[in-house]
Amino acid sequence: MGMFKGTRLAAIAAVVAGLFGGAVTAQAADPLKVGFVYVGPVGDLGWSYQHDVGRKALEAHFGDKIKTAYVEDVAEGADAERVIAQFGQQGYDLVFTTSFGFMNPTLKVAKKFPKTKFEHATGYKTAENMGIYDARFHEGRAVIGTIAGHMTKTNVIGYIGSFPIPEVVRGINAVTLAARKVNPNVQVKVIWVNSWYDPGKEREAAETLIAQGADIITQHTDSPAAVQVAEEKGVWAFGQASDMAKFGPKRLLTSIIDDWSGYYIDRVQAVMDGKWKADTTWGGFKAGMVKLGPLNPAIPADVQKAAMDVKAGIEAGTLNPFAGPIKDQDGKERVKAGEALTDKDLLSMDWYVEGVQGKLPK
Amino acid sequence: MSVELLDATALLLVAMMRAAVPLALAALGELVTEKSGVLNLGVEGMMLTGAVAAFAATVSTGSMTFGLLAAVLAGMAMALLFGFLTLYLLTNQVATGLALTIFGIGLSAFVGQGFVGQTVEPMAAVSLGALSGIPFIGKLVFGQDPMVYLTLALTGGIWWFFARARAGLVVRAVGESPHAAHAIGYPVRLIRLGAVLFGGACCGLAGAYLSLVYTPMWVEGMTAGRGWIALALVVFATWRPWRAMLGAWLFGGITIIQLHVQGMGVDLPSQVLSMLPYLATIVVLVLISRDSTRIRLNAPASIGKVFHPEG
Repeated sequence: MGMFKGTRLAAIAAVVAGLFGGAVTAQAADPLKVGFVYVGPVGDLGWSYQHDVGRKALEAHFGDKIKTAYVEDVAEGADAERVIAQFGQQGYDLVFTTSFGFMNPTLKVAKKFPKTKFEHATGYKTAENMGIYDARFHEGRAVIGTIAGHMTKTNVIGYIGSFPIPEVVRGINAVTLAARKVNPNVQVKVIWVNSWYDPGKEREAAETLIAQGADIITQHTDSPAAVQVAEEKGVWAFGQASDMAKFGPKRLLTSIIDDWSGYYIDRVQAVMDGKWKADTTWGGFKAGMVKLGPLNPAIPADVQKAAMDVKAGIEAGTLNPFAGPIKDQDGKERVKAGEALTDKDLLSMDWYVEGVQGKLPK
Repeated sequence: MSVELLDATALLLVAMMRAAVPLALAALGELVTEKSGVLNLGVEGMMLTGAVAAFAATVSTGSMTFGLLAAVLAGMAMALLFGFLTLYLLTNQVATGLALTIFGIGLSAFVGQGFVGQTVEPMAAVSLGALSGIPFIGKLVFGQDPMVYLTLALTGGIWWFFARARAGLVVRAVGESPHAAHAIGYPVRLIRLGAVLFGGACCGLAGAYLSLVYTPMWVEGMTAGRGWIALALVVFATWRPWRAMLGAWLFGGITIIQLHVQGMGVDLPSQVLSMLPYLATIVVLVLISRDSTRIRLNAPASIGKVFHPEG
């Protein structure tokens, strides 16, 4: 399939370049050129969609002082390198690459195009002209874990995972820790679909989890398919990346919403002011990069309060979702009481906490 | 077997049959197209066009029947474009098919822009009262959605068409030796166009199943490669309809089973489990390919070749 996808990307890239290039040459001043590389289609209603909301916010904020372009549905790997390099060749000033798998391609391209500044989302490698940024989604996960722990009747929470990378494992652990804090009997069942985006497969995974006793479904994949299944089967669900209430008007408890707009505006402003540095940004609730959707009125008032308390605690810095004591799956104590996992631990997390079922694929 | 195990098995089989529907529909359509000697690699593109047309029409009119009709027409429109290019302008079938897929991906995303985030009521399963209530068999045989039955009927119909009907024999003749068929006086291009259009209609329906029944929503690229799997299933089936259906069940079944196995916490890497459906397909392909006479017997001899009626 790689070949077909490549052809298709080239076509999209050409169209995008044509559209935006054509529209902008007419303008007077030299606008700052900002490029985006997305892993999914902008119409996925999840991850890539939210990044594109950020891109649109940039355009609204800076008007004709900038020119943005994006290439969507870029496969992680060799294709990505070509697409990113194309932005470099076209003299883009700032390029955001928005998926974990773009890390190495971005690094390679960044070395070839020292004048272009790169920002890579969710990775850990940096260069002089390559910064990284991410959101502390696990803060949101801690809130939904709290709600899930209170709301489950079967004590089984189903979790649809994309790929077993630290970012996703962290989310699973955050939900599990928060849920077991309020309900020690909770077990979290994980099914990996090995895809960020395949509505059909996400649906099948959700159905499987429900058949195996889960009455709450949460997912780290990008389409609203799991929410739809929950609505159909009468179990609870959470939205991922964007507000997915439309897909589960009765059964969606709340959504974790990514909000990149503020960050993108800050970074573009920094480039304009000549103050851009290759930074590492990792913001959560407090920075406004992670937001919570409206709470379903079906959640009892005391549970709503418990959830909001967790959120407020995280914002105030008084509550750390990864504070000890934390045991891993084998019952071994990983974090002592009074201590907490550091950001470095979180960024390389490759073990399940107690309460997660199944083995982590490595 | 205990009641729970029986129920779980029934659930699994129901899920498997549903997962197989879009694969089977697309594979059956492509099978007919290929039997006439035309290779259309635009399955994925036609499915996506069908999916978006079905969703848009259902949202706009509120009627799922219109949605399905729109999907059939949209798939046929794409197929007509392909047929016109390859049969009358004699373009290369492989290149044109690939282009059709790329075009379909773009077109469906463009048309679907306004429909992202909307929902429709999913198609209700058939309910035959008491019959659907029978344990195990009830859900499996009498409680599926109508498209599952339609797919089965279509498989039988296509089998009958090629095995028993005179018209089916003509289509096969066109696929085997277009020049001979032409010499006898059959309108080769028109027959091929008909087969291509039928393929388009089936792919449109397959797409509609995804956007109206399976995951009732429109999101870009929602077929996620199922069109390519359908293409592989046709070869897998050695161009025989029941085998295509069987292949779709096998593929859908292993996909579902690997998810269940994961959920039960079996100690096998999920990546290996995800490979299983593809591995199984390859293994069966290898097994089938050992019998080369069988393949030659069923494979349309002129597949993918451009036909000049004058020649």
